[in-house]
Amino acid sequence: MIKSKSTKVGDWVIVAFCVLVSMVCLLPLLNILARSLSSSEALIKNEVYLWPKGFNVEAYKTVLSDTKYTWSMAWTAILTVICTFVSLFMTTICSYALIFDKLKGRSIFNLIIVFTMFFNAGTIPNYLLLKNMGMLNKPIVLIIPGCLSVFNMIIMRSFFYGIPDSLRESAEIDGAGYIRIMLQIYIPLSKPVFATLALFYAVGRWNGFSDALMFMNNRKYYPLQLLLYNILNNINSIEVSTQEGFSSPGLSETLKAATVMFATVPILLIYPWLQKYFIAGVTLGAVKE
Amino acid sequence: MKVKEAKSVRKNKVKVGTYIKRYWTLYLLLLLPMTYFIVFKYIPMAYIQIAFKKYNITQSVWDMEWAKNHGFEFFIKAFANKDFLYALRNTLMLNLLDLVLGFPAPIILALLLNELVFKRFKRVVQTIAYMPHFLSWIIISGLALQLLAPSTGLINILLGKMGIDSIPFLNESKHWVGTYIALGIWQSVGWNTIIYLAAIAGINPELYEAASVDGAGRFKKMWHITLPGIRSTIVVLLVMNLGHILGSEFDRPYALKNNLVNDVSNVISTFVYTNGIKGLQFSLTTAVGLFQSVIGVIFLLIANNIARRLGERGIW
Repeated sequence: MIKSKSTKVGDWVIVAFCVLVSMVCLLPLLNILARSLSSSEALIKNEVYLWPKGFNVEAYKTVLSDTKYTWSMAWTAILTVICTFVSLFMTTICSYALIFDKLKGRSIFNLIIVFTMFFNAGTIPNYLLLKNMGMLNKPIVLIIPGCLSVFNMIIMRSFFYGIPDSLRESAEIDGAGYIRIMLQIYIPLSKPVFATLALFYAVGRWNGFSDALMFMNNRKYYPLQLLLYNILNNINSIEVSTQEGFSSPGLSETLKAATVMFATVPILLIYPWLQKYFIAGVTLGAVKE
Repeated sequence: MKVKEAKSVRKNKVKVGTYIKRYWTLYLLLLLPMTYFIVFKYIPMAYIQIAFKKYNITQSVWDMEWAKNHGFEFFIKAFANKDFLYALRNTLMLNLLDLVLGFPAPIILALLLNELVFKRFKRVVQTIAYMPHFLSWIIISGLALQLLAPSTGLINILLGKMGIDSIPFLNESKHWVGTYIALGIWQSVGWNTIIYLAAIAGINPELYEAASVDGAGRFKKMWHITLPGIRSTIVVLLVMNLGHILGSEFDRPYALKNNLVNDVSNVISTFVYTNGIKGLQFSLTTAVGLFQSVIGVIFLLIANNIARRLGERGIW
């Protein structure tokens, strides 16, 4: 294509704008990374911008030697893995069964499910239900109540719809049962959507805060975000940390920065690799029906 | 064709027994998910009665005594409650600002990303722009607290060097609202471009070629081809957003609030948390939650109706 001079200038203006957008996205993270690696004196003197001053990893060492924090990280990691598996299992069986248009009652099942997207009983009824079921303050309250997302179910179902019926039909003729068809045809062909939803569910649990705040009063099972919130807001700082570092004002700022980095880095390491998949997943979710 | 007909005739004759024998595994698969929806989504709906009853911890929801004023006592109380009225106002204000300022942002960014000629560079920009979506509001509040702190934050240090007085981004109501909206855009703008970029990719490229032949420039093509091409996507997302105008996120206001900005940071969801789960006023907060859900559904229906009248498909 032949381009005029003004188009070329326009291209560069757009490039500049996109660089600016990227900078704005990265700046807060770079800043906190620099702070977490700086000496507390440099922080107090306001000398830290995007590059660490008085480079040291003391803050990270302190955080890692804090058993409450490391336990919370390990617990949240375990929780994330369990939740991801439970959620993927539930999502798969639900969306697979609903792709059979010959299944009697399918429209009723669909209605029951989709209605919950538009109308929710509310925080307090949900809370009272969990309370009456005796689930409050037990680890299970962080796993089961949120284990199936309708939005994610629709994404997976749309993906399943894209798998040609003929594959299924020929397997049926060969005498395979529906569960076997699911295990041997649908699941192996659906790796992209599994990658996407695993990411969504895992990030959701890793970042999950409000359910823990409302339903989990047992400090032992505090997930990372709740602990992080308490650290950042100086709530129970003595109990949160056994280390004296958290209470000394200069060091505490670098420590806060380091705790934020610990909660952020796992996600930053994973999501770029799945970009191709989650873009497709989000687009699938937007397709109606 | 004949095979199909034969199949459908046979299908009609299938007896219940054979039907169940054939499909029972699918019902088995649905058993757990449907139980999940009934238990965790529909049983709580029975608890909505609490909004119309006097909550009593020793009784089941069916046995509790009805509230005064034909059961509407707690709705009346809510609207006489100054904290609730503030929360309602703040919810509407923050959501409207989000809509007005936040809704167009990803459309503009998607249009610009689409114009990028360097594909590699485009991918890198996209990856970076998606990143904030993966951060929790607790992490974002941690970033914001450090970046925007009045005397020690990077932004205020830079402003200071330029001779501008330090701005209390998170510690003064007026600035807090702006910061709340800006952080919301920061978090979601990149992610929300995904859907628009997909819609743009679906536009017939011949339209652009024809327009180029006719001498249309970049902006003319954006205005006359790209924007009309993604019109229905924009409308669907707008309808969904309007449906959420009274909905409230919890993490975002809760993580960003502090005692200095209570007059603008308390929204319905935080009101329900502090007065319900913390304050144990279950009837009042269930009523508030019900009010919020019902208004949400009504807004969604209205918005969808308007979209359909404008000749769009709406969301259903």
